[in-house]
Amino acid sequence: MKQNKNIAARAAAASWPDSGPLPPLFERWFASRGWSARAHQLAMVEKARQGRDALLIAPTGGGKTLAGFLPSLIDLHERGPVEGAGVHTLYVSPLKALAVDVQRNLETPAKEMGLAVSIESRTGDTSVAKRQRQRHSPPDILLTTPEQVALFCAWEGARDYFRDLKTVVVDEAHAIQPSKRGDLLALGLARLQAFAPGMRRVGLSATVQDPDMLRRWLGPETDLVLGEPGAPPVVDVLLAQERVPWSGITAQHAMPEVYEEIKRATTTLIFVNTRWQAEFAFQELWRLNEEGLPIALHHGSLAPEQRRKVEAAMTRGELRAVVATSTLDLGIDWGAVDLVIQLAAPKGASRLVQRIGRANHRLDEPSRALLAPANRFEMLECQAAREAVAEGALDGDPARDGALDVLAQHVMGAACGEPFQADRLYDEVRLAAPYQGLPREDFDRVVEFVSSGGYALRTYDRFKRIVKGRDDLWRVRNGLIAQRHRMNVGAINAPSTLNIKVRTGRRGGRKIGEAEEFYFEQITVGDTFVFAGQVWRFEGVEGVDAIVSASKDTEPKILSWGGSKFALSTYLAWRVRRMIADQSSWVRLPEDVQEWLHAQKKRSHIPREDELLIETFPRGKRWYLVCYPFEGRLAHTTLAMLLARRMDRAGVGPLGYVCNDYALAIWTMRPLDTLDMDELFQEDMLGDDLEAWLDESYLMKRAFRGCATVSGLIERRFPGAEKSGRQVTFSTDLVYDVLRRHQPDHLLLQAARMDAAQGSLDIRRLGVLLARAQGQLRHVDLPKLTPFAVQPMLEIGKERINGSVQDMILMEAAEDLIADAMS
Amino acid sequence: MQALRAEPYEPPAFAWSCGEDGELCLELNGTAVRMRPSGALFVEGARALVAGDLHLEKGSSYGVRGQLLPPYDTRVTLDRMLVEASLTDAQMVVLLGDTFHDRKAETRLDPEDVERLKALALGRRLVWITGNHDPEPPKGLPGEAAAEATLFALTLVHEPEPGRQPGEVSGHLHPCARVASRSGTVRRRCFLTDGERVVLPAFGAYAGGLNARDAAFAELFEGPVLAGVMGSDKVHAVGWRSLVPD
Repeated sequence: MKQNKNIAARAAAASWPDSGPLPPLFERWFASRGWSARAHQLAMVEKARQGRDALLIAPTGGGKTLAGFLPSLIDLHERGPVEGAGVHTLYVSPLKALAVDVQRNLETPAKEMGLAVSIESRTGDTSVAKRQRQRHSPPDILLTTPEQVALFCAWEGARDYFRDLKTVVVDEAHAIQPSKRGDLLALGLARLQAFAPGMRRVGLSATVQDPDMLRRWLGPETDLVLGEPGAPPVVDVLLAQERVPWSGITAQHAMPEVYEEIKRATTTLIFVNTRWQAEFAFQELWRLNEEGLPIALHHGSLAPEQRRKVEAAMTRGELRAVVATSTLDLGIDWGAVDLVIQLAAPKGASRLVQRIGRANHRLDEPSRALLAPANRFEMLECQAAREAVAEGALDGDPARDGALDVLAQHVMGAACGEPFQADRLYDEVRLAAPYQGLPREDFDRVVEFVSSGGYALRTYDRFKRIVKGRDDLWRVRNGLIAQRHRMNVGAINAPSTLNIKVRTGRRGGRKIGEAEEFYFEQITVGDTFVFAGQVWRFEGVEGVDAIVSASKDTEPKILSWGGSKFALSTYLAWRVRRMIADQSSWVRLPEDVQEWLHAQKKRSHIPREDELLIETFPRGKRWYLVCYPFEGRLAHTTLAMLLARRMDRAGVGPLGYVCNDYALAIWTMRPLDTLDMDELFQEDMLGDDLEAWLDESYLMKRAFRGCATVSGLIERRFPGAEKSGRQVTFSTDLVYDVLRRHQPDHLLLQAARMDAAQGSLDIRRLGVLLARAQGQLRHVDLPKLTPFAVQPMLEIGKERINGSVQDMILMEAAEDLIADAMS
Repeated sequence: MQALRAEPYEPPAFAWSCGEDGELCLELNGTAVRMRPSGALFVEGARALVAGDLHLEKGSSYGVRGQLLPPYDTRVTLDRMLVEASLTDAQMVVLLGDTFHDRKAETRLDPEDVERLKALALGRRLVWITGNHDPEPPKGLPGEAAAEATLFALTLVHEPEPGRQPGEVSGHLHPCARVASRSGTVRRRCFLTDGERVVLPAFGAYAGGLNARDAAFAELFEGPVLAGVMGSDKVHAVGWRSLVPD
């Protein structure tokens, strides 16, 4: 029966007139579903006919995935099955789950049309047996992740394996591009193109602020295809209990109303910004869940099986609500979701649009979303975000300069695949947009680093990882080194994680998830915390496992380390500043928020859009400086550290600081009236002060750790043994200290500084902030606390440890002991 | 597991005091010693500086299998050692074993680092105690070698012996203290002592650490234990109760 269908299909292909937009088989299939192909789907088919690379930008629910695959399905249909053919289409998704989901969505039309197309996925979770089979008999369509593409490049014989590759489809391209994964994939695409010169690049993306930038990232000559816009979403701000709290990040006060909304809707997606907020919201909802509604939890730390269970239940329509983090921002199609709730502020207009798009995946009906702000500044942010969405305005990610540690990984991978010539590889690498302007000198330094570590001391000439032969080709020194590289490929941005296992008997047992090692460094044996919706007692770390046991504790001691994982976007920050400055817009805000703004106006000052407000006032035995740049937590933290250094030099004795997305507060031992604010906020703090502070900073160590892992200096895994995350952590810090002292210009330190500047320190944004503030400072010295200052002040004391506090902890412990001895 | 009787908590039964330059001073088995913020131990009467587990050339030992760590660890370690020797005006330097990370480490030394080791021996006695990583003394370097050495009532040896060993000064275990408080936790290298014996922290730049709460330490101490925890520029006297496992 199957055979007959294939013959029929081939016959149909042969008789397909050139003029029709789709082959009859496909036309019939669309008709049988009661659909007709959308304009952008046909446009993608047309681009394929012309052999053009194409980026499709369309809102969710527009049949985007099908548009991406349609040309491949048609081509495979026309070609028919071919003995021994290689991979025809490679699909790359940022999420493993998405690759699996797309496989399912693709198999349906293929089956219904009777196409003899083999479709398989390959991710880190794929079994060894299946991977080996894929190696010997490749599927027509292979669905995978950017990390796997990097691994393909490091395969011996990759060139031959991909010789038949016709198309690469990059899904959710907007989510991959602005990160190191984007750098890695761009390099991988350049390599695949060298293997298969005729390969076509296809990108799929949600609506972005700068399509041209994304287009250039995908490939040098990519055409843009735009889908039709969907119906504008309906976004409301939830004003729970008719009030907005002064401070907090959890929106706990809004939970009863959120629960009511869940009851009214068919299926609700509840988005939060961190995993720990997800845990918190999930617990709170179950506390209220008198009707026992099926409410589930989904975040990146949960074990994959657990996540898959939730996704499957969701697909079957068995759940009424899912509390989720960014793991559900992307992709997977759930028709039944009719409401999206954002708990606490969305932090960016684009993210909000993406999340709203998760509701009602049909273009013709508007999506419905509710924003639940957790405090007053967030109320302003939610309102600004809502207006931005209504105007269709988005925040933009800037184009990136490719990271050098990623390039090091790629160069090593290239050598593992086949011998390379430096000149050729340099030309190839520059075809990847993030490395377009890479100086030859930097490339040579990377090759030198990959080969011998790039140290001034020539210790490793005997141990080079890659060696240049007389034929001018670089080769990997031996098979074991290549094997080890392959085991450590990828790892982009993945902090060292520990498995969370439940203690059963004497040894650790069932795995319930994973969490960053960083989290367990912060807590102590015996502490209780919430994970996967339950309270656990932390029992200690064994190798790569964090052991926990069930706890009956209803008030977990450690809840979160607070704060948002995402920093407020530049664009949204600007809208918030504008809203505060424009008093006529206040009427759109809830009454208590309006009162708050008026009180601020009366007692202090409402900053103009371009002004930076600085307040100083005494309280208790301390003096406080609070300023309101609205540039996001990361940039504020950096600014606070640098200001504190200067205030220390000015002799006012800074004692501590606290930052959130809107403001920062520093408190001191001595009055602040001697300070010259213009001098304090001078842009030159980004020079020596930054350098001096940065070298000592924990952030820099963390950035270095990441770069050391990505570049292959530190191995995550080696054959036969799994190195524990803790060991990696410990030694990289020591390595950092040593390298910093003896070769401060080393490639990896340069890469770590770049990372810190772009990522955790947000120095670029701080630079913009300081430039904006020059001549626009508005300093108000006041007798007491102001309405704006309440929120940052309430956050004081909730901050976690930073480097400088460490000695104080030791001192306290020592004082403790003395007190005991004297008593 | 039970040998560390310090739970429920008892304060140590011996006296200590804070010295100059962040040192922690105490009488060890009746001999005056000073724990230095560098992690070395200074024996007052002999003007002897004792340091454990330098693990020289640990970085380069990974090179064989293609992990090319920065090769400057030996340099950093020896520079710190030289500064210590000059700050304390030591007449004797005792390296407490595992001075080299492996048997071939000496052959990998950079000539400049060989000069540093020679400088360390210049004008003072340099004593190499052998350890499990370096059971043979160095071949081409100045100084004298021994399996153990005696200074007053102190026995200097690489690996601590189980049971009560009054006067023993050892290394080998790389003790590390994890101190917890309401505002977070800190993990630092530390000295461990009960007033009778002491285990020194590792001095080497790349040496890892073993938590003081590990069972390996349990068989060494009978009385309450004091941890001399290395802060940035001070040795902090921390009681057993404040230490937590990893």
